[in-house]
Amino acid sequence: MNAIIQQLFKFKGGVKPQTNKTISAHEPIAQAPLPARLIVPLHQSIGGTPNPLVVAGDHVLKGQLIGGPDGWLSSAVHAPTSGTVLAVEDHISAHPSGLMTLSVIIQPDGRDEWLPRTPLNYRELAPERVREILRDAGVVGLGGAVFPSHAKLSASKTVPMEELVINGAECEPFITCDDLLMRERAEDVVRGVGIFRDLLAPKRVLIGIEDNKPEAVAAMQQAVKSLGEPFEVIAVPTRYPAGGAKQLIRVLTGKEVPAAKRSTELGVQCFNVATAYTAYRAIAHGEPVISRIVTLTGNVEHPCNWEVLIGTPLGEFIQLGQPKSDTNGYLMGGPMMGFEMPSLDAPLVKATNCIIAGSPTLFPPKAPEMPCIRCGACADACPHELQPFEMYWFARAKNFGKTQEYKIFDCIECGCCSFVCPSHIPLVQYFRFAKSEIWAREADKKASEAAKARFEFRNLRDEREKAEKAERLAKASAAKAAEKKAAAATAEASIEPATGSDGADTSGAIAAPVDADAAKKAAIAAAIERARVQRAAAEPKNTDGLTIAQRKEIAEIEARRAPLQEQTDPNAERAKPGTALKEVKG
Amino acid sequence: MDFTTPPYLLKEASVQRVMLQVLAALLPGIGAYVWVFGPIILVQIAIATAAVLASEAFMLKLRNKPLGLFLGDGSAIVTGWLIALAFPPLAPWWLIVVGAFFAIVIAKHLYGGLGQNPFNPAMIAFAVCIVSFPALMSQWPPVDLKAGFADQLALVFGFAPRIDVMSGATPLDALKTALKLGEGNTTVATVMANAQTFGYFAGKGWEWIMVGYLLGGLWLWQRKIISWHGPAGFIAGIALIATVLWLWQPADFATPLFHLFSGGTMLGAFFIVTDPVSGCTTPKGKLIFGFAAGLLAYLIRVFGGYPDGVAFAVLLLNICVPLIDMYTQPPVFGHKGSK
Ligand code: SF4
Ligand code: SF4
Repeated sequence: MNAIIQQLFKFKGGVKPQTNKTISAHEPIAQAPLPARLIVPLHQSIGGTPNPLVVAGDHVLKGQLIGGPDGWLSSAVHAPTSGTVLAVEDHISAHPSGLMTLSVIIQPDGRDEWLPRTPLNYRELAPERVREILRDAGVVGLGGAVFPSHAKLSASKTVPMEELVINGAECEPFITCDDLLMRERAEDVVRGVGIFRDLLAPKRVLIGIEDNKPEAVAAMQQAVKSLGEPFEVIAVPTRYPAGGAKQLIRVLTGKEVPAAKRSTELGVQCFNVATAYTAYRAIAHGEPVISRIVTLTGNVEHPCNWEVLIGTPLGEFIQLGQPKSDTNGYLMGGPMMGFEMPSLDAPLVKATNCIIAGSPTLFPPKAPEMPCIRCGACADACPHELQPFEMYWFARAKNFGKTQEYKIFDCIECGCCSFVCPSHIPLVQYFRFAKSEIWAREADKKASEAAKARFEFRNLRDEREKAEKAERLAKASAAKAAEKKAAAATAEASIEPATGSDGADTSGAIAAPVDADAAKKAAIAAAIERARVQRAAAEPKNTDGLTIAQRKEIAEIEARRAPLQEQTDPNAERAKPGTALKEVKG
Repeated sequence: MDFTTPPYLLKEASVQRVMLQVLAALLPGIGAYVWVFGPIILVQIAIATAAVLASEAFMLKLRNKPLGLFLGDGSAIVTGWLIALAFPPLAPWWLIVVGAFFAIVIAKHLYGGLGQNPFNPAMIAFAVCIVSFPALMSQWPPVDLKAGFADQLALVFGFAPRIDVMSGATPLDALKTALKLGEGNTTVATVMANAQTFGYFAGKGWEWIMVGYLLGGLWLWQRKIISWHGPAGFIAGIALIATVLWLWQPADFATPLFHLFSGGTMLGAFFIVTDPVSGCTTPKGKLIFGFAAGLLAYLIRVFGGYPDGVAFAVLLLNICVPLIDMYTQPPVFGHKGSK
């Protein structure tokens, strides 16, 4: 390691909850046994849902691709062991609301037989190819964000890459999986960082680890030294959320990445240590991401870190730690940002870094919510220097515009504000509610604007066509009349020469107004119909009493339905004078 | 498991804990008060506590709120203690009750209860009473009056006539009156030479009560219950104008030290200006609020008709809070420099 003295910066706010880390950190990483069944969700990362490549009855090998990436921003999914595909179906997932997602269900055959692996030397490969391999190996951010890593490995074309920040801070209480990984497999982590470094070509590489993990710091320093890398391993002060990407970037580089910008625009990129590790395994050993280290801790007899196959059902996994009898739920992630697993059937996924068994003593029921006393403790604790109580106030009043003025979308939902609030207000819950409401409204607005444009276009076309038709009719009748007139004139020229021309004039004059009238009526009907449609689009939907999840679902269904409606809605096609009249009366 | 929403870990904090610490921080000041004016203040505190709790319970009942939860939060008791400490120690019991009633019923609950009141309830009580009963609210016993506890009790509960000797003025008032009566022939120095009213650097006895509040306030700051901005602003506001005027005409204006340790300065700085509900919330806002309140308090106390100006200054600033907050919003992470 270089002898440069690293200047550290501070981020404002933050809290110091009890770390509770030692309970699970005193034993080495253990290998979890093969479960009886694996449930591998296809959608485990940000971006497009991988397409299933297997069907029920297929035999798969360990490491075989079962979900192909869907586009560039997507990541592959593989069979965690050899066995038989039982089904490809919707299954409950590791999601707070128990969302069902398309999953490949595999019965292991016990042989754990690998697909032939091809180790590669990435230095001999084009950078494009390395990114492709990472995508096809399913390498995603394992810190919890599960963003496809390959998509973060292209330097900005305009801003030179200055710092590559490697996140080993692991600031959430209870979690120790990165700590153990760095202690036991530091060299592979450093080699993985080397791959990222070569792809991004930053000026410096900074590895940040919270100073409550001295063993990990030492192991990483040792590995950096023995591999002769110029990386700087830096112990950062322990303070939640020092492991938030933006906070760690701030601490190590002094740069503040705003919500609306990518860190690469400021010349920084950030990866988690476990991501670097899997990237190295993927390339140098040809092993896709089929397992990960998961901390099993909390109210269990035997807290420890396990190397677990992706897709292991929660129910089987927790048996490894022997939960105590008063366990009343399981958290995935840390206690600050995690969520309760919806069911023991839900599988562990790439985003699962920790499972905490809860009990009434560990997580006592929350005290009743009191009114906000504007004490400002939440603002002091907010690492993004927001005014949580103001956002809370406006979120509660459903004044969402104001919440945006107070920069609600800069909130990273770290929970510091709720943690310190003396009135026990679930602030984060209010912010999530406000954000999803704003999203839903934006979507609604966009949809109704699109619909409006569509209808206007159609009505315009209809009106034009009707007007043209009327004109044509008028012309035709006028022509007919003229013909008649001519014929009559020739026939009756000798009999009644004085009145003939008069009669012909009137017949033409009458025919035209009749058709013009029809056109006008049609135009009015069309206008009324347009107004009705607009009103319907502007009217609030009957969704006020529903939960966020329900609303999201409705929004999705409606989005799916919109194109269908476009084809089948009879009102949209023809403005019926009858209905239009009724509308007017109503 | 109560797993509805993260975070699942919470700090051991509650409104009650905050309020209890504020009460604890008042104890050094109260101790000095007892030493200077006698234990009668404890009786007044008890009366005020009973009155605010009764008013609070009444209003909670009316508004259908859970009694146990809100009575126990301690916020009303803090208001009660501040009323007792701001009122003269020998004020008749009913005056304290009237103040408490106004503070809780009008200033707090009619505006929506805990967390909603735009004005500081204790200061509303003080302002209402000093406007309605100016004589009673200005009568402070001289500190060397060694009336027995029984006599004091009799006065408070109205069994004894309020004779003049028992109702003097505060050192602030005494100085103001003496300077006025002297019509330019007396100086601050000669007035303050009177060792019966004035002590080492401010009012006799009063100065130690102020030191007590100061100590309690510093403890609150150290416990992070209050931030330094409000008190610092307030003290700076008083100190600045007092220093300027004192340097200009030392014969007519008392020293800044005198002003800092007289009247309601320290109680105001650490316990009134710092009220989160009716005060500013941004750091800069708190500084401005404190500073402006300090300036105003000095002006009212020196040039106005009332014995002290803290209450009116704070109430005036309470009105400006939304405006100050709006213009002092701190920049958000990652948005600095762009605004
Ligand atoms: S910490 Fe809670 S009570 Fe204090 S200002 Fe924030 S929301 Fe209000
Ligand atoms: S959850 Fe949002 S508002 Fe609360 S402290 Fe974290 S970033 Fe700030």
